[in-house]
Amino acid sequence: MKNKNNVFSRRHLLGLEGFTGREITHILDTARSFREVIERPIKKVPTLTGITVVNCFFEASTRTRISFELAEKRLSADPVNFSSSGSSVSKGETLRDTVRNIEAMKIDMVVIRHASPGVPLFLTKVLDAAIINAGDGSHEHPTQGLLDIYSMREKVGDLKGKKVCLIGDIKHGRVPLSNIYGLQALGAEVGVCGPPTLMPRFIDDVGVKVFTRIDEALEYADILNVLRIQLERQKGGLFPTLREYHDQYGITMARLERYKKDWVIMHPGPINRGVEIETAVADGDYSIILDQVTNGVAIRMAVLYLLSGREID
Amino acid sequence: MKSKVKSQLLDKKGLKDTIQRVAENIISTDISNVVIIGMQTRGVPIAERIAEMIRKKSGKKMKVGVIDVTFYRDDFRIRLKQPEIQLSDIPFSIDEKDIILVDDVIYTGRTVRAALAALMDYGRPSSIKLVSLVDRGHRELPIQPDFNGLEHKTKSDEEIQVRVEEIDGEDGIFVVPIPKK
Repeated sequence: MKNKNNVFSRRHLLGLEGFTGREITHILDTARSFREVIERPIKKVPTLTGITVVNCFFEASTRTRISFELAEKRLSADPVNFSSSGSSVSKGETLRDTVRNIEAMKIDMVVIRHASPGVPLFLTKVLDAAIINAGDGSHEHPTQGLLDIYSMREKVGDLKGKKVCLIGDIKHGRVPLSNIYGLQALGAEVGVCGPPTLMPRFIDDVGVKVFTRIDEALEYADILNVLRIQLERQKGGLFPTLREYHDQYGITMARLERYKKDWVIMHPGPINRGVEIETAVADGDYSIILDQVTNGVAIRMAVLYLLSGREID
Repeated sequence: MKSKVKSQLLDKKGLKDTIQRVAENIISTDISNVVIIGMQTRGVPIAERIAEMIRKKSGKKMKVGVIDVTFYRDDFRIRLKQPEIQLSDIPFSIDEKDIILVDDVIYTGRTVRAALAALMDYGRPSSIKLVSLVDRGHRELPIQPDFNGLEHKTKSDEEIQVRVEEIDGEDGIFVVPIPKK
């Protein structure tokens, strides 16, 4: 029993890099219990009563912010929302001062989304609160990685030996790294597929298969996590046109049905229909995209719960 | 998980007889509207055994649910690590039902308080009655079992272990020393 309780002893969730399979499994199992809570008529438990959580979003987000806020409310924590637009950030206040001022109002946990990689790590050095990374630049988005993995596990069971391919913009997203680290910790095999211009330079270092043709990826994997093509990337000349991208890498029914596979198709959202994924696929039987969203709340509840343990005063 | 045993209160047969007696006491009340809820972990197989005995004796098939009360515990702020959560599964409505809530041991009463709070979030039962196999005394809240197996007031250095075949590989009730932290 004692050892069991020590499975998860982290103070913060900055990324899935370095997580063991046991730690990830523990989070997923905890989330399963919360998944049951959010199906109840009264979707709320008193577990985090009296805990204040600040959601600091220095970058736009709908899904992640609402998902965290719902998770906090369903645990009876008190959420406070902060977004950089309309705040003193525009008056030139430094990040350090902003968050130290917020902490001085007696808060327990900080959920942070920021365009710069490493900001959550920085916060652990200037704050006493528990820090949860809700996406830092192109680095990690651990709760997204966890909810993706949870959704895969829910669909296909044990992920050991399963083949997953991430498709699209591997370079600028924060979802790929969290998926890669988490899946590998559970023994899954991971591939990435996308145009060479959207592939990070050091992708070979993380032990994934790299594909530049979609057919190779479809041959390889059974689970596809289709990533959003950030429309602004086209202006940077990383691919010629959205239509060209769709022709080369878009996930279509026609492509999927060339293989006799029981596909699992995922997408972290927001979707660009007709670009990285066809509507028939996104809304079709293979898709578990909306399950991902539902599971996201349960995963965030689990993470908030596990990080809220504290020392005896 | 086996620890050193100070003494044995009941063996396999004793445990069976105790559960049998509890089941008979339940049958002697109005069971027309009863559902049984077992508390994680040991309460669950005990609840199933009670349901099975009631079915054998009265022919009435009982609905059995499972509840985990971790979310509702009141020691959140004084714990170092969060305890492991287990599943709750109540696949039926508890509105207007008479609930028989089953736990293996009753001690401070705080777990039962948490279970009552949890059940209220599932619906509005007509009534809730409490079953425990062992009452080890030292209550901290005004909560008493309606059906109890046996009483054994524990000393400060000992606790009660109810072992069940389904989880522990054997049936029996034991007094064991409190494991050192």
